[in-house]
Amino acid sequence: MIEPRILEVRTKILKKNDELAREMRERFVRAGVLVVNMVSSPGTGKTAFLKQALARLLARGEPCAAVVGDLETDNDARRLAESGAPVRQIMTHGLCHLEADMVEKHLEGWDIASLRYLFIENVGNLVCPTSWDLGESVRLALLSVTEGEDKPLKYPGLFNTADVAAITKIDLAAACEFDRAKALVNIEAVRPGMRVFETSAKTGAGLDAWLAYLAERRRALVDGTPPPPRRSV
Amino acid sequence: MHELSIASRVVELVVEQVCSAGGGRVAAVTLKIGALSCVHEDALRFSFNLVREETPLANAELRVVTVPVVIWCAACGREVTLPGIQKFACPECGTPSGDIRAGRELDLESVELAGDAAAVEAAKGRII
Ligand SMILES: Nc1nc2c(ncn2[C@@H]2O[C@H](COP(=O)(O)OP(=O)(O)OP(=O)(O)O)[C@@H](O)[C@H]2O)c(=O)[nH]1
Ligand SMILES: [Mg+2]
Ligand SMILES: [Zn+2]
Repeated sequence: MIEPRILEVRTKILKKNDELAREMRERFVRAGVLVVNMVSSPGTGKTAFLKQALARLLARGEPCAAVVGDLETDNDARRLAESGAPVRQIMTHGLCHLEADMVEKHLEGWDIASLRYLFIENVGNLVCPTSWDLGESVRLALLSVTEGEDKPLKYPGLFNTADVAAITKIDLAAACEFDRAKALVNIEAVRPGMRVFETSAKTGAGLDAWLAYLAERRRALVDGTPPPPRRSV
Repeated sequence: MHELSIASRVVELVVEQVCSAGGGRVAAVTLKIGALSCVHEDALRFSFNLVREETPLANAELRVVTVPVVIWCAACGREVTLPGIQKFACPECGTPSGDIRAGRELDLESVELAGDAAAVEAAKGRII
């Protein structure tokens, strides 16, 4: 007669992803490349923002590359490649977020150590990407002025797991009657102390400040300075 | 619907556990889900029902323990539980804090293996 019994497992459901991501992060740090995972709702302006960042980095002689997740098309990769940087598209075929193994697979054949920055544009989605660590050192949450100031309160998980935030499309702020102070208060409420960049891919506003922040983060990574407290519990 | 990915991982993990325990049927699975984990319980249950078919979990009950967010309040010098997830500040004194001590869990806690039919009935009798 078999008795019912309880197995105490106590393990993280995303253990496999977490372990791979940790391994990848160690590899990236050893190679001296700062990896940024960009998360936002669809249409916030991730691709436009990233294209500007890539072009500016290349103009300064800073090697950089990008991988971009999208449900079905490779439009974003083609747009980003116009910057001159190497870009690869990850087509997720319906999956609403990127996972570490997808990123790893799409980096095959690239000499990571020759890069200073690697950007991962996640699938546009405010909920799903939050639980998946992609081995990044910096997670950037973006919010456009056209989306409304209360997005951070509606999707606290996304903003709370980010290291830094960008408000995009500020060239449209007046037309949208964007309440800047309210947006900043809401971001502060869900992630106290997080730095916020106010940017426009159209005018270039805020991009140099963002790149200066990245340079600072990369310097710390190369020097072996421990990164600021992260989201992991 | 990232809950589908999460439910698939749960089933994989549980099947591994069942195999290393020497096989059997699963009576219940207990998960611990933090309020900040961005998992929608209904979507998770729906996904779980889809992915467990034809596995040892086919008749398993899914138990979800929800964990509220706990932050460290430097002013009060202790951990405090938040009533929601929209304001990361101490509910007692109002001091903001990003020092999160709980609420991001996405954990498989335990797996309950069923006994044989008689044992299952007996176990049910004890619980009710
Ligand atoms: N005026 C203005 N328009 C912008 C700016 N950034 C992006 N846009 C426009 O907003 C739309 C969406 O921009 P994308 O860069 O494709 O947004 P995305 O976040 O990459 O979108 P997904 O990848 O689909 O999630 C496009 O029509 C862009 O031209 C900006 O700074 N100012
Ligand atoms: Mg895009
Ligand atoms: Zn307090």
